[in-house]
This record gives sequence, C-alpha cells and structure tokens, in this order.
Amino acid sequence: MNSVSLLEAKNINTFYGLSHILFDVSLRVEKGEIVGLLGRNGAGKSTTMKSIMGINPPRTGEIFYKGKSITGKRPFVLFRLGIGYVPDDRRVFADLTVEDNLEIVYRRNNEWTKERVYEIFPALKNIRNRRAGNLSGGEQQMLTIGRALMGNPELLLLDEPTEGLAPIIVKALEEQILKLKEAGISILLAEQNLRSALKLVDRVYIIDNGAIKFEGTKKELEENEEIKRKYLLI
Amino acid sequence: MDIYTILSQVLVGLSRTVILFIVSSGLSLILGVLRIPNVAHGSLYMLGAYTAYTISKFFGGQDLGFWVALIGAPLFVALVSFIAERCVFQFLYEREHLMLLLLTFGFSLIFGDLVKMVWGGEYKTVPVPKVFQGYILLFRHLHLPLYNAFLLIIGPLVAFLLWLFVNKTKMGKISRAAAVDREMVGAVGINVSWVFGMTFVAGCFLAGLGGMLVAPTISVTLGMDHSLIMESFLIVIIGGLGNIWGALIGALIFGLTQSIGILIWPKFGIILPYAAVVMVLTFKPKGLLKSTW
Repeated sequence: MNSVSLLEAKNINTFYGLSHILFDVSLRVEKGEIVGLLGRNGAGKSTTMKSIMGINPPRTGEIFYKGKSITGKRPFVLFRLGIGYVPDDRRVFADLTVEDNLEIVYRRNNEWTKERVYEIFPALKNIRNRRAGNLSGGEQQMLTIGRALMGNPELLLLDEPTEGLAPIIVKALEEQILKLKEAGISILLAEQNLRSALKLVDRVYIIDNGAIKFEGTKKELEENEEIKRKYLLI
Repeated sequence: MDIYTILSQVLVGLSRTVILFIVSSGLSLILGVLRIPNVAHGSLYMLGAYTAYTISKFFGGQDLGFWVALIGAPLFVALVSFIAERCVFQFLYEREHLMLLLLTFGFSLIFGDLVKMVWGGEYKTVPVPKVFQGYILLFRHLHLPLYNAFLLIIGPLVAFLLWLFVNKTKMGKISRAAAVDREMVGAVGINVSWVFGMTFVAGCFLAGLGGMLVAPTISVTLGMDHSLIMESFLIVIIGGLGNIWGALIGALIFGLTQSIGILIWPKFGIILPYAAVVMVLTFKPKGLLKSTW
C-alpha cells in the first residue's frame, strides 16, 4: 500500500442535527476508476457525497484527496482542488442562461472550455441562451455535469445522474459518462439503478442504513445474488 | 390647478423617486442576495449625507467639494460597511432573520449615536453647487430646478449601471445565482463569502450615494435615517423582495403618490403612499414583481 488513492474516506460519521446518518463509512477511489456507491433511496448515498464535498462535513473520520487531508475544508476550496460535484436534485442556477451557468464557474485552467462541454453534450449548444430553469430534466442534468467539468475536475462526484430521466436519455448519458472516464476523470457514482450502474463502474460499494455493507469489483457483485437481493432493488 | 402645477409636482415626485430608488435598490440587493434585512441601511444613508457635508465644508462650499463628495461620500460609506461586513456580518449569514433584524437594528442605534458624537445635533446644510442653481424652463411655464434635473439624469444612469452589474458582469451573475442557491455556488468553486461581502458593500455604497445626493435638497439632521428606512423597506416589499426593478417601481409609486398627494389633499396627502402600499399588498401580497425569496 504505497500508492496513494485519489480519494479516500476513512471511518466518516455524519449527522444531520442530532440524527446519526453515516456510520464509519470508508471508501476509496483510484485514479481512472468509476466507483459505484449503490444503495436504496435513503441509504446514505447523497449524504456520503455531501460529506466528501464539505457541504455536510462529517463529525468524525477523515477524508484524503491525493493523500492530503481535506477534512473540514469548504466546498469552494475542494472544487478548486479538482473535485466536481453534481447533486441529485440538479440545482442549475435557474435564473441564469445555460451559458452563464457554465461561465460563472471557477476555472483552474483552460483545459475544459464551453466548446469542449458542448462537444460532449451537443444538445446544450443549441439552447445555450435559454434560461436554465426552463430546461428539461435531461438537459438540466447535462448542464450540471457540464458545469462541474468547467472546473477541470480530476474527481467527479455524480449523485444519481439518471434519476427521473427517460430511458433513451439515460442511455445517452451513460455513454457521455464513459467519455468522461476516457478523458481521464475519475468518478464516484451514486446510483440505485443497478443495471445502469453495472454498465459504468469498475468497483462498487453497497451502502445501507448509512453503513457500507459490501465492497468489491463489478464481477464480484454480479456473482453475489444474496447481496444484490438484500440491498438493491432488482 | 393647471396642468403645469401638476406636471411640476410630478417632476418633484420623480426627483424624490430617484433618491428612494437608489437607496432601496441597495437595500433590495442586500436583502435578495444575502437575505439580511439591513435596518442599518438608513443609517448609512444618513452617514452619506453627513460625510457629504464634511467634504463640502472642507472645500469651503465650492462646486469642487460637491463633485468630490459625490464620489467620496459613498466610498467612505462603502468602506465603513466593508469593515462591518468583514468583522461582524460575514459570520452571521446563516442566522435566522429575527437575529439579523435585531443585530442590524443595534447597528443603526450605534451609527445614530456615532453620528451625533461626531457631527453634533444641529442641522447641517450642504449647498447646491453653483452649476445647479437656477431653473430650466420647460414648456414655457414649467420651472424645473437644475439640481432636480441633475437627479433625473443620475437616477436612470444608476439604474443602467446596476442593470449592467447584475446582468452583464460575472460578479452580478454569481450574486444572482447565490441569491437562490448559495450552497451550490460554493460547490462550483466560488468563495461565496467574498461575493456576499462585495454585494453588501455595493448595496451600502448605494445607501451612501442616496444620502449624498439628497443632502443639498434637505437639512441634514439626526433622525433622517428613520423615516427613510421605513419607506425603503415598504418600497422593497411592494416591489418584490430582492428585485431591483421592483424597487424602481416601488420608488415610483412612493415618490409620485407623495408629491401628487400633497398637491390634491395637502393635509392628508402624506398618507397616500401608505395607502398605496396597503392596496398593493392586498392584491399582490408578494409584491409587484417576482421576489427572489
């Protein structure tokens, strides 16, 4: 164990007020991987994402990014270090146009530009002057991913990107996510749709009631019927 | 009562609108983006007027003093607000509104006393600069004081600059996004604390500018903050919280009903703006334009 993980969370415990949500959650993401964080609704997927992004920081435990502790750092600092966050409820800046949504993002360098985002999501180009609040769910999802890309992330926290989207759009989105991987971006993907996740991920964690219940490669999960039955909706 | 009397009163109302708009738009900006109901906004307006007095006096009442004050007074107010924001307010954004209301009310009392300590209790006057003494004659019968004409130019200019800031600058776009979802703005790498700080300072600059501009038209005195903060809040509420164009419409309603009210019903005209507020809120409880809340 001398190689340093891109992201490593060690025994994080997160609370909402008094209620204890995450229990000793540990996970890691290696460079170039897509790691799935699978679990049912309310299992703690989003909370894990928010804990890593510093939006709802863990009360105990530590998080490392490229070997350095990022525990307790504020979201904007983490973004500037190269961690992009795509929340499950999308949260585009509704009053701004598509283009402005991309433009106001803090950019570390010029690796990702609006043009490059439009290359991955061509649909956005035609609606770039439209108010983001008026977009369809799929378009908003592309925009939130594109927005995160503008900061040139090395790690992308993708929280249920396919939730509530039509199957044909889900399919397109899956291809786009694989393109991001090809572009060298590592991804932590929270998902409850097992079929969709299995097309994308290299390794998986299964979370239930705020605790990690299973950790393994994609193959190991595919072969483990018991785990799938117990923790996932199939 | 002829048409010219009414028109001239309308122009007086519009000049008043300019002052009300400048101050209220600042209040609305702060309310919309930072969610702070800044009761001390009126005090900053007063501070702008007193600072204008001091600068004007320093230049011996020369025209130059007016122009220096036009820039210097709002800048001084902005500086004061910057210090207050960095030292106190930035730590309190997450508090509930009642707390912020009490805190800013406390600030307004402190500012009131500080102004009294520095400038004393007497009335102060700021001379109208010589270039703006006199009248323009409109339609042969209508006398428009030059200073009012100046205000009528400044008002749209400030509105235009504000429009540019909010819609065309990155800072303005960020502040619009932060008004709705500050957490997500942070999650795309923007230091929200600085955006809030700068927005606060910009809003307070407008309070100072309003105070500076009003100074030559009134007696600068303690308590001028109280009536104005009341009016400003009402303007922002009927316009739609946080909506700058709402502040413009609210200021127009206030300025015009005030001036026309005095004309048609001298004894009770003063209640007309408040009657208008009641009317608006009866039919549009959330204000005339879309609120950012």
